Amino acid sequence: MSEHNIHTTEEHGHEEHAALDKKKIWQVFGILLVITVIEFIIALVIIPGGHMSQHVGNFVYIALTLLKAFYIVAYFMHLKYEKLGLQLSLTVTFIFILYFITLMLIEGGYLHLHMSAAA
Amino acid sequence: MDSLSQLDQVKTTAWSGGRSPWSVEYGKIMMWFFLLSDAFTFSSLLVYYGAQRFTKFTWPDPDLVFQSIPGIKDSGAPLVFVGLMTFILIMSSVTMVLAVEAGHRRSKKEVVGWMIATIIGGFMFLGCQALEWTHLHHEGFWWGHIPAIEELKHFFDPSVASVAANEAAMKVSGQQFANLFFTITGFHGFHVFSGVLINCIILGMTINGTFERRGHYLMIEKVGLYWHFVDLVWVFVFTFFYLV
Repeated sequence: MSEHNIHTTEEHGHEEHAALDKKKIWQVFGILLVITVIEFIIALVIIPGGHMSQHVGNFVYIALTLLKAFYIVAYFMHLKYEKLGLQLSLTVTFIFILYFITLMLIEGGYLHLHMSAAA
Repeated sequence: MDSLSQLDQVKTTAWSGGRSPWSVEYGKIMMWFFLLSDAFTFSSLLVYYGAQRFTKFTWPDPDLVFQSIPGIKDSGAPLVFVGLMTFILIMSSVTMVLAVEAGHRRSKKEVVGWMIATIIGGFMFLGCQALEWTHLHHEGFWWGHIPAIEELKHFFDPSVASVAANEAAMKVSGQQFANLFFTITGFHGFHVFSGVLINCIILGMTINGTFERRGHYLMIEKVGLYWHFVDLVWVFVFTFFYLV
């Protein structure tokens, strides 16, 4: 059974090999580097220069962070080349984290309002 | 007769049993499941940080807290040092994925080279983090410790720090910031440290020819998953502590 499993992963491995070669790896590295540089430009030039408010900037940072996370998980961690069943069972779970973030924003907003009023 | 033979036919679709429907080796699935649970641990820590920061009336300004490059410049360079740390970690993630790629081709020599590069990257990151911690510690931040209020004021937005009535709020949020910074970057640093240890073990096994005898380098892939995850977590820590 286990030998059979290894056999199938190896077959799969050859398909992957064609999909993620050295060129693609350096391409993804370039994308990650460019996104990080954009974040630096926003933090050091655009926001201090008054072209964007910190509030809008925070949303841009989070969007760029999620984009970086996508590239790391999809290419470096190879999830893009796995079977759909594995992709779904790993990513759908993150609905719970979105739920945590929503709760944090709602509860945090409430506390922010009421604790500031008390102080 | 015909219908019976149809029933007797062995099904060969992915989910009809007898083989792994995801075509993933057992150890690799277990690594993914571990990383999933670890992702929840980190996100609960970061969500707590977000909740504290969002709730508090004021919070230390990251551009004022993190503005030194150890050994070169004591102030006035926000994000430069942490930018270097980010670059080192992304770079070591690339060398790791190159080791995995070399493993697919069963090229032992290349795997060894890329693994050594990855381990060096890991040690460089840990060294940078040690410098960062030392710097903050000298400024007076630690678990349960914050600088005296006159010093602490310099880490807040001047419009908040100049009002005497805000001192109590600055003490509370300054302390929360210090505790959470050392806890979360410490927990991440612990992951980097264990990642470096595992990488060293895997490097030893590669040099010994264990994977060559085994016929595949799947172990490099599994350890690679862990190492990329550490990089992934840093991307989020970087955003929430240094940018937002």
